[in-house]
Amino acid sequence: MRIGIPKEIHAGEKRVAATPSAIVELRKLGFAVAVESGAGAAASFDDAAYERAGAAIVAGPEALWSTSDVILKVRAPEHHPALGRDETELLRPGQVLISFLWPAQNPELLARLAARGVTALSMDAIPRISRAQKLDALSSMANIAGYRAVIEAAQHFGRFFRGQITAAGKMPPAKVLVIGGGVAGLSAIGTAKGMGAIVRAFDTRLEVKEQVESMDAEFLVLDFEEEGSGVGGYAKVMSPEFIAAEMALFRRQAEEVDIIITTALIPGKPAPKLITADMVELMRPGSVIVDLAAEQGGNCELTVPDELVVRHGVTIIGYTDLPSRLPTQSSELYATNLRHLLTDLCPRKDGELVLDLDDEVVRAATVVKDGEVVWEPPKPPPPAAAKPKPPAAPAVTAAEAPAPTRPRWLGPAVALVLGGLALLGIGAVAPPSFMSHFTVFVLACFVGYMVIWNVTPALHTPLMSVTNAISSIIIIGALLQVSSPERWIAWVAGFTVLITSVNIAGGFAVTRRMLAMFRRDEGAARAAGRHAPAHAGRRH
Amino acid sequence: MAAGVVTAAYIGATVLFILALGGLSNQETARRGNLYGMLGMGIALVATILGVVTDNYGILIGALVIGGAIGLVLARRVQMTQMPELVAILHSLVGLAAVLVGFANFGGHAADLAGAERVIHDVETYLGILIGAVTFSGSVVAFGKLSGRIGGKPMLLPARHWLNLALLAIAVWMGILFVQQSAEGGGLVPLVVMTIVALVFGVHMVAAIGGADMPVVISMLNSYSGWAAAATGFMLGNDLLIVTGALVGSSGAILSYIMCRAMNRRFLAVIAGGFGTGGSAAAAAAEGGEVRAIDAAEVAALLADAREVMIVPGYGLAVAQAQHAVYELTRALQERGVNVRFAIHPVAGRMPGHMNVLLAEANVPYDIVFEMDEVNDDFPSTDVAIVIGANDIVNPSAQEVPDSPIAGMPVLEVWKAKTAIVLKRSMATGYAGVENPLFFKESTRMLFGDARDSLAAVLKAL
Repeated sequence: MRIGIPKEIHAGEKRVAATPSAIVELRKLGFAVAVESGAGAAASFDDAAYERAGAAIVAGPEALWSTSDVILKVRAPEHHPALGRDETELLRPGQVLISFLWPAQNPELLARLAARGVTALSMDAIPRISRAQKLDALSSMANIAGYRAVIEAAQHFGRFFRGQITAAGKMPPAKVLVIGGGVAGLSAIGTAKGMGAIVRAFDTRLEVKEQVESMDAEFLVLDFEEEGSGVGGYAKVMSPEFIAAEMALFRRQAEEVDIIITTALIPGKPAPKLITADMVELMRPGSVIVDLAAEQGGNCELTVPDELVVRHGVTIIGYTDLPSRLPTQSSELYATNLRHLLTDLCPRKDGELVLDLDDEVVRAATVVKDGEVVWEPPKPPPPAAAKPKPPAAPAVTAAEAPAPTRPRWLGPAVALVLGGLALLGIGAVAPPSFMSHFTVFVLACFVGYMVIWNVTPALHTPLMSVTNAISSIIIIGALLQVSSPERWIAWVAGFTVLITSVNIAGGFAVTRRMLAMFRRDEGAARAAGRHAPAHAGRRH
Repeated sequence: MAAGVVTAAYIGATVLFILALGGLSNQETARRGNLYGMLGMGIALVATILGVVTDNYGILIGALVIGGAIGLVLARRVQMTQMPELVAILHSLVGLAAVLVGFANFGGHAADLAGAERVIHDVETYLGILIGAVTFSGSVVAFGKLSGRIGGKPMLLPARHWLNLALLAIAVWMGILFVQQSAEGGGLVPLVVMTIVALVFGVHMVAAIGGADMPVVISMLNSYSGWAAAATGFMLGNDLLIVTGALVGSSGAILSYIMCRAMNRRFLAVIAGGFGTGGSAAAAAAEGGEVRAIDAAEVAALLADAREVMIVPGYGLAVAQAQHAVYELTRALQERGVNVRFAIHPVAGRMPGHMNVLLAEANVPYDIVFEMDEVNDDFPSTDVAIVIGANDIVNPSAQEVPDSPIAGMPVLEVWKAKTAIVLKRSMATGYAGVENPLFFKESTRMLFGDARDSLAAVLKAL
C-alpha cells in the first residue's frame, strides 16, 4: 500500500506527519511512501532528504491524495486555501486517514469523513494505557508544549530564571508555579527546574505528588481531602468546596510567583477557570502566564486563544500551536508515534493494513470505519491506583484457610512430646557414656544455631569453606586409627589423613584468600594487597 | 601425654572453633575468625598426634604433608567463579573420610562391648558410614554439575520418590541385619550393601536437583559433612568430633533453611527435586509482548544521566567472568558522581554468598554491596537497574502471577526502577522455566550478548 504525506495547510502549522527517518522504517514494513513537495520544509526536512529516505516526491495535493491508500496528517482535514475546497473532498472510498481528528469536538467532520466512505483513525483517541504509550501522540506533543511554554515564558520574562550573586548585585531566582502535573506540566517543571527557577506545582490528583517531587519541585497541598483522579488517568471535576480552597491557594501563590504555567484540562469539558482576573491583578508587573489550555478556553480568565496579550502588566500567552513552534522535534516524535501505530496495524510486515477491532487500542483510535462512524468506543478502565487488588492474594488465602483444621499449636506440641519421649527412651536404654556424649552433641547444635544466625549473608561462602575445613576434624578419627597394628587399617587411616589434610589446608587457605578480598575502601584494599599480593591477581 | 591434657586441648580447640564461626558474623572480624579456626585445628592435631598416635609416623607425616600441599595448591589455583565446585569436592572428601574411618573402626574393633552399648556403637558406626557415603557421592555429583562435567538439568526418573523410599527401606533393613550380625562378630556384608545403597542414594538425590537449587544442595551437603563427623565422634566416643560436627551440621542446616526461605520453597520440596515440572504449567505467566533491545551506546547514555544505579548480579556474571568488568564500570560511574550499589539476592549464583565473593574478588568494596532486604525498597528511586545474568530472582511473576511456580518467592523489584537494563545472552527462560514478564515491561531494555563484552562496550561508550 502507498502512504501519502501531504503538506499541512493549517495557518502557522509547521509540523509534518513523517520525517525521513520514519519513512525508512515505514518502507521496512513494506509500504511505499509519497510525500507532497515541500511538506517538510517548515520542519527543516527538505525534499531531497525525503528522496534519500526512499520516498517519492509528488507535486500538489491532488496528485498525492488520489494516488495514496493511506494518508498521514497532523491536523484534521480542513478547507484547502489553494484548491478552494475541503481536504475531505480529496478522499475516496476505501482510503485510510490517520491524524488528529478530535472526534468529540468535531462530529460534523466525522460525518463528512463517513460520507466519503473512508476509514479514519484519530491519534488523540488512542487510550492512555501502558501498551499504547509509544503511540501516544498527545503525550509527545504535551511534552513539547510544556517545554516550549517555559521557553515562551522566559522570552517574555524580564529577568533570569537562575538566581545569581554578582558584583553588580544579587538576582533572585524566578518562582514558577505549574498548575496540572500531567505530561505537559511535568515537562514544564523539568525545563524550568533545569533553568534554575524555583518550581512549585499543583494538581488535584494526589498520585502526581510523587512524580512532581521526583523532579525536585515542591508539590503544593490543600488541607482538603478529595482525590481528583478520574477515568483514564485524567482529572475530574472537583466539588465546590475543593475549588474554593484551591482558588485561595492560587490567590496566595499569585502574589508570590513570577510565572504561572497552567495545563489543567478535563476531557470533554471546557478548561476550568483557575486564574481569575483579580489574581492576575495581584501578580507583579512583568510576570508571565502561559496558558496551555487556551484551545479549550483557557485556565486564565484573561487568556485570548492564539494570542499574546498584556493585562495589568502581566503577559498572558495563549498560543495553541506550541508544539508547532518546535516543528523539527515535534514532527520527529509524531512521526514515530504514527510509525509505531502502523507497525501494530501491519503485523505481517507486508505493507497491508489489518484493522483488528478486537484490539483495545485500534478500536479506540478508529472513529470512522468504511464509511460508518464508530465513535465513541467503550469507556477506558479506571486508573491503576484505584484498581482493586488482583484477586490473587484472596484466592491464595482462601485456598489455604480451610487446610489447617487442627489448632496451630498442635504441631509443635506433638513434636515436643515425641522428642521428649524419644529422649527418655534413649535415656532408658543407653549407657551413661552415650548420654554424656549426647548432651555435648545437643548443646553444640544449639551453640551452632546461635552462632550461625549472626553470620552476615555476604560471608556465607567463606562460612561454608571454613566449616568445611573444620569438619575435617574427622582427621582425629583417622589419627586414632593410624597406629593400629593391622597394616590395612593403618594404610586406610593414612589415606584418610591424606584426604582430610587436603581439606584442612585447602579450606582454611581458600577462606583466607577470600576474606583478604573483602575490603571497605581503598586504604583497606592496599592493606589486604600487602598481606596477600598474589590473591587479587588477575588470573583470567 | 596424659589423657587429661589431650582433653584440655580438645576443649581449647572446641572454643576456638566456636570463636571462628562467631568471627564470621562480619567482615571486620572474619579474618581473625579464620585464624581461630586454624589455631583450633592445629591444637587438636598436635594434641592428638602427641597424645594418641604411637606408631606409623611415616604414613602419618607423609599423608599430612602431601595432603596439605595438595590443599594449598588447590586453594591458590582456584578461581573465585569456581568456588562452588571447590567447596563441593572438599565436602566429598569429608564424606569419604567418614566412610573410611567407619570401616577402619569396624574392622579394628574387637568385640569388647556388649548389650545396649554394643547396639548403640554399631548404630553409630552404621550411621556414620551412611551419612558419609551419601555426602561423598552427593558431593561428587554436585561437583560434576557445578563444573559442567554433568549437565545441570535435573535428572528425573519416573518413580523417583518410590526409588528413594525403597533405598531408605533397604538401608534400614540392612541396619537391623548389621546390628544382629555384628553381635555375632560378622556384619560386613550388610555394611557394604548399605554403603552402596547410600552412594546410589546420594547420586540420585543430587542428580534430581537442578542448577538453581544448588545453593540449597551445597549447604545441605555442608550440613551432612558435619553430621557425618558428629556420628563418627559418637562412634569413637570423641567429644571434639561431636561438637565440631554438630557446629558444622547446624551451620549447614541453617544455611539450607535461609536458602529455601529465599526461594519460598520447603526444604523437602527442593530435595525431592524436579522444580517447575508440577501441574501448573509456566504458560500462565507467558503474557508475551514486545522486547526492547538496546545497544551499548544507549546504555552508556542512560547511565551517564543517572544518579542512582543499582546492579543486580546473577549466575550469568559468574559464567561470563564479568566481575572485573562490572567493577570498572562501577568506578567509572562513581567518578561521575553516580551512586552505584549492588543488590544481592540470597540465592543468586550457585552457592550461598557466591556473588559477594565474586564482587570481593574484583575489589568491589563491601559497603556498596547490599542484601535484598536492605535495598529492595530503593528501586522506585533508582534511575537505572542493571540486571547481569539473573532471571528468576528478578521475575515479577513471583509477585504478580499467583499460580506461577515461583509465586511467593522474594524477588528484587528491578521493574520499579525508572529503567531496568537486562544483560542476557538470549531470551531463554531461567532455570525455573518460567517466562519472565520483566523483559516485556515498558521500562525494561534488553542488552543481548556476553555480559563481559557488553559491559566492556558500555564502559568504552561511556
